[in-house]
Amino acid sequence: MTKDFIRGLWKENPVFVQVLGMCPTLAVTTKALFGLSMGLATTFVVVSSSVVISVIRKCVPEQVRIPMFTVVIATFVTVADYMLKANFFEISKALGPYIPLIVVNCVILGRAEAFASKHNVMRSFLDALGMGVGFTCALVVLGAVREILGGGTLFGYRVMWEGFTSWIIMILPAGAFITLGLLVGAFNMADKRMKEK
Amino acid sequence: MENKSKKNILNNSVVRMIGALTIVGIISGAILVFVYKYATPRIENNIKAATNRAIENIFPDAQNVQKEKDIYKVTGKDGNLMGYAFTAEGNGYQGTIKLLVGIDPEISAIQGIEILESQETPGLGAEISGNKFKKQFKNLSVSEVITYVKNKKPEKPGEIEAIAGATISSRAVVSIINKKMEEIKRQRL
Repeated sequence: MTKDFIRGLWKENPVFVQVLGMCPTLAVTTKALFGLSMGLATTFVVVSSSVVISVIRKCVPEQVRIPMFTVVIATFVTVADYMLKANFFEISKALGPYIPLIVVNCVILGRAEAFASKHNVMRSFLDALGMGVGFTCALVVLGAVREILGGGTLFGYRVMWEGFTSWIIMILPAGAFITLGLLVGAFNMADKRMKEK
Repeated sequence: MENKSKKNILNNSVVRMIGALTIVGIISGAILVFVYKYATPRIENNIKAATNRAIENIFPDAQNVQKEKDIYKVTGKDGNLMGYAFTAEGNGYQGTIKLLVGIDPEISAIQGIEILESQETPGLGAEISGNKFKKQFKNLSVSEVITYVKNKKPEKPGEIEAIAGATISSRAVVSIINKKMEEIKRQRL
């Protein structure tokens, strides 16, 4: 049971290992807070859609499973989008079109297709939660590195010394690629060390 | 024979497929109706609050804001007219820029601008929301069209300095305001 949860955190981390959902990963992580909000919204969608798909998996005709999954996912994405706009207006404005774009995040359809449509509700829930938390952690780390180097702050609080020159490239798209590349490298190194032990 | 073919139709996978998709569609539609009904008034409130905050930033002494068509009429403590505010939008570097512009009652000088929505490059174009850029519009004359200069201090009235490295975003703000001002002047004639 716990294996289903742990898998998404480390061994099959959606960002660092599967390299899925790169569009929001690269685009919204200019600040740690945006990474966290995006991660939580995605977690909500992946968990709820995985549970629903697992419940209805036995009455889904094989040929139309993809459109059915897409409708389920799109419903939850729309719910998340409206809830953010209604209750966290500033964040939703900053994330712009990337919340509706969760619909096409391959992490979600990937979990529906590879796991939730074949396993029971409890296991699908844990698997999706693990993937969501793994995705959120990756986005927060990426956002934190870029925010600290690109603006000298973390979650809006100043962490660098006075007179620190911001590396503007870190909040531009190029900084996203550089940071992601280095993080994936560091992740693989850590993974290798752990396996050798 | 006839009976058999009828059965076939019922078991037909096409019917099952259409049925399953229809049911999922109906349920999802029903859920979205409730969410939409819950969220829409709140979203409208949020937008209104953001606009009001922007008006307060431009007219700190404003007491009363009245909306007349698309224009906000701002009055002070003793009911004197402080100026007007209006929203204007147009294309920026990466997406739409939506501005709120405050202007004096004679429509001769801008009192201030606020950025309501923008998707400009962080660190460069996004500086249009920064105070350094916005401050330039305070008391800026609009008797002529607004122009911008690069890498030097503005000399003539109605001139602002573009942000270094973000000329397109700066130009976008200027042209959005110019276009809207022209419209408003035409209406007043």
